[in-house]
Amino acid sequence: MSSAARTATLRDAIGLGVAVGLYGAAFGAAADAAGLNLWQAVSLSALMFTGASQFALVGVLGAGGSALAAAGSALLLGTRNTVYGVRLVPLLKPSGIRRFGTAHWVIDETTAMSLAAPERELSRLAFLATGASIYLMWNAMTVVGALGAASLGGTARAALDSIVPAAFLALLWPRLRKPFPEAGVQRRVAVGGAVVALALTPFVPAGVQVIAAVVAVALAGPPRGSDRPTAAEEMA
Amino acid sequence: MSGTTLWVAVLAASLGCYLLKLAGLSVPAGWVEQPWVARVVDFVPAALLAALVAVQAFTSGRHLVVDARLAGLAVAALALALRAPFIVVLILAGAAGALVHVLA
Repeated sequence: MSSAARTATLRDAIGLGVAVGLYGAAFGAAADAAGLNLWQAVSLSALMFTGASQFALVGVLGAGGSALAAAGSALLLGTRNTVYGVRLVPLLKPSGIRRFGTAHWVIDETTAMSLAAPERELSRLAFLATGASIYLMWNAMTVVGALGAASLGGTARAALDSIVPAAFLALLWPRLRKPFPEAGVQRRVAVGGAVVALALTPFVPAGVQVIAAVVAVALAGPPRGSDRPTAAEEMA
Repeated sequence: MSGTTLWVAVLAASLGCYLLKLAGLSVPAGWVEQPWVARVVDFVPAALLAALVAVQAFTSGRHLVVDARLAGLAVAALALALRAPFIVVLILAGAAGALVHVLA
């Protein structure tokens, strides 16, 4: 492999890692708003280390949801990483004890950068450089966000209350637009999820409506335009 | 919710998410490349994230409410439609929410 390709891979990986890691501040603030203390927020960033799941956990807790509903939401979003792992095995060939370390950094960004690397040997470099830079930035910025949010007054709290739903919308947005696969179906799924969640809110314990919305949309089968089999067909 | 319950949720969900990652590197590819797994991975995030947007923006306990958060969300949607960077979206949403809070 050329040293120019190696340098370019490192530069791209670290650039992405720093940019994404900055968003850890939003997570730290959301965790504080949900009633988690600094150590709980940092534990999530250090141990769970998968952004969407972390946001889901504190989002459900912030809405007054149970620990079970919060953990369930986090795990549902965490299933993505299982599929990423399968795609990474041929590139990274993690063996023996190394597999346990590699697994911790299997997330959206490290997978994307590994798959995008021009050569097989660069995949591992891209994975490690992206993983290390995001891990460091994400955890450091979690501390900054949690401490910053904890010191806020009334008006700044109102700002934070508006930032949390905006953060979820920003996570959702790319899925609703091309070139994301089946963006039209994704939009209908999203509308369905939001409507079911709001409709159930007055009637079920907080947090349950989020899980129920996901289950309802899954059971409803794929909206028109999808060629996937319905849940009922799969069970048959 | 007690501090202990919160810690259990944090640690148990973290362990579960790690095991989901480890499973991808450990099990035969055929186990994971099932239609129902693809379905969960492709469509559950949109339903879950949209449900969280709705609950975070329009509920308070068991009540549906419209408050300053609506302004923040509308501004965020506009900024996202205009392809603003993540951090700009969040700052604008926060500023809109704070402004409405001060005026209201």
